[in-house]
Amino acid sequence: MTGLSVRDLRVVFDGFVAVGGVDLEVPEGDVRFVIGPNGAGKTTLVDAITGLVRATGHVAFDGQDLLGRKVHRIARLGIGRTFQTAAVFEELTVLQNLDIAAGWSRKPWSLLRTRRSIPAEVEKAMETVRLSAVRDQLAGTLAHGQKQWLEIGMLLVQDARLLLLDEPVAGMSQSERDATGDLLGELSRDRTVLVIEHDMDFLRRYARTVTVMHAGKVLSEGSVTEVQADPRVQEVYLGRGAS
Amino acid sequence: MSPRVRALAGFGITAVLLFAVAPLLLGDFRLGLLAKYLCFAIVAVGIGLAWGRGGMLALGQGVFFGLGGYAMAMHLKLADAGPGNLPDFMTLYGQLDALPWWWVPFQNPIFALLATVLLPMTVALLLGLLIFRRRVRGAYFAILSQALAAAFAILLIGQQGTTGGTNGLTDIRGFFGYDLNDPVNRRMIYFIVAVALLAMLGITWQLMRSRYGELLVAVRDGEERVRFLGYDPANVKLVAYVVAAGMAGLAGALFVPAVGIISPALIGVVPSIEFVIGVAVGGRASLAGPALGAIAVAWAKTALSERVPSAWTYFEGLLFVLPIVFLPGGIASLVSLVRRRRAAAPPPAVDQRPPLVREGAA
Ligand SMILES: Nc1ncnc2c1ncn2[C@@H]1O[C@H](COP(=O)(O)OP(=O)(O)O)[C@@H](O)[C@H]1O
Ligand SMILES: [Mg+2]
Repeated sequence: MTGLSVRDLRVVFDGFVAVGGVDLEVPEGDVRFVIGPNGAGKTTLVDAITGLVRATGHVAFDGQDLLGRKVHRIARLGIGRTFQTAAVFEELTVLQNLDIAAGWSRKPWSLLRTRRSIPAEVEKAMETVRLSAVRDQLAGTLAHGQKQWLEIGMLLVQDARLLLLDEPVAGMSQSERDATGDLLGELSRDRTVLVIEHDMDFLRRYARTVTVMHAGKVLSEGSVTEVQADPRVQEVYLGRGAS
Repeated sequence: MSPRVRALAGFGITAVLLFAVAPLLLGDFRLGLLAKYLCFAIVAVGIGLAWGRGGMLALGQGVFFGLGGYAMAMHLKLADAGPGNLPDFMTLYGQLDALPWWWVPFQNPIFALLATVLLPMTVALLLGLLIFRRRVRGAYFAILSQALAAAFAILLIGQQGTTGGTNGLTDIRGFFGYDLNDPVNRRMIYFIVAVALLAMLGITWQLMRSRYGELLVAVRDGEERVRFLGYDPANVKLVAYVVAAGMAGLAGALFVPAVGIISPALIGVVPSIEFVIGVAVGGRASLAGPALGAIAVAWAKTALSERVPSAWTYFEGLLFVLPIVFLPGGIASLVSLVRRRRAAAPPPAVDQRPPLVREGAA
């Protein structure tokens, strides 16, 4: 089985069930959007897949079991994520951020040397996310949208095959959204992408498949049209002026 | 000037100051004091790496300083006593017939020299494995470091017969065959300390500008984030912690011939805090800041406590708190502020275009 496979996933915080038995199959190459009201458990789902919170059930990616592994081991299996609020290393430059993301497999001794040239994958990712011109600028000085792209660039050089993006276009302008959407299409050509998103317009344009979560459970799943037609979805989420 | 040229110029100027200007200007007494301050500066360079770049507030470097210092002092005491004899204090306090087993290997000069650096590094490695794997950090790390310094000092005080207790190991007369009462040899010690400081600055410079140095800053600012990139931050921190411990050990070892004594009062809670104060004042994340801050604070302490001993403690407290609250980058940040002002070239144009996937696509 290739792609992401989640079965009966549960996450409980001090008795509060944040994710209560989620089943999810995201085949390789899919662009899956996960939507749902605030507090539905979307971020927690990604946290569980990436090892940040303790969970029960089964999570596998490309046949490898993920649950119980440490965060950095899961990352090494080719699973990358971004965060709801962009998490870049603000005191490092764009280039340094990307170089670090490209580097976990470097030999310890080689880390003691200075970077002599820019690794090809870093150069390429900088081009892709249009940050070449600001490569020597501190990441903390970037505009909000640029930080999000830097994070996506970090996933590219990290060579992640499963991308988990938590609200990547939140706070972006319309043109930034369009560009990010195009970028998603490009990324998905040889990767599996899971996007948590609130923006319905963005979803309609770029989602291939959609999973709707509500109160820690999967409420509905299918293509954009199927999900929008689902009365239960309209009731909890899309109801207000969405269709 | 490229950063590389600037750094080389900085090293050059420092070398001239340490090897030419200071020995010419200062008398034997002042030069001896400077040797002591330079030892503190070596500790500070390591703290700058661990705290400034790695975010580990190492408030217990006295432990490693002490391990290095005692390792050196044990050998020198044995050498002073001569083969087959016990060090003077053992015959004074104790009813010891033979050298305690853990003193025996320190008769060997090579072992003792290696131990001054490798012993603190090994202890730091073991401690660090426990501490960082368990994700002890922030204030908890600082408090734990303090507790270790306190425990180490208490342990030494309790073993009067074999460690010299509160007095420590005093009255060290020789250094590998050189008489430490001879001013010429004391100058030689000063030069050794100065070389060591330059070497530690060089090592730290390379570490800071290497890929490891960048990774260390990333761990400092986003320990959790680094995990998602496939790194184990515990290992990254461990390296800086162990290197800083090695530097503290080396400093302790050099302190012994430079000052002639090592004792629990020099390595416990208070000195451990004092090591950090200079770093905070000078600027913890810079290369030269911690060393300069350490020298300045140690000098101020001598100057002030000669005149008004009671005032020093309060002044020291202020020195610790003020930079952390009002000037987190220390004095070094003022320097780089000025430098940035002067080089007020327009910032590079920001590419405001959204990311395009492929040229012509989309
Ligand atoms: N670490 C935590 N401890 C306790 N409760 C949490 C924690 N993280 C999330 N929650 C709760 O779990 C629920 C789901 O949160 P989340 O996954 O962030 O929702 P969203 O779908 O908006 O991303 C929320 O009610 C939230 O308050
Ligand atoms: Mg969320």
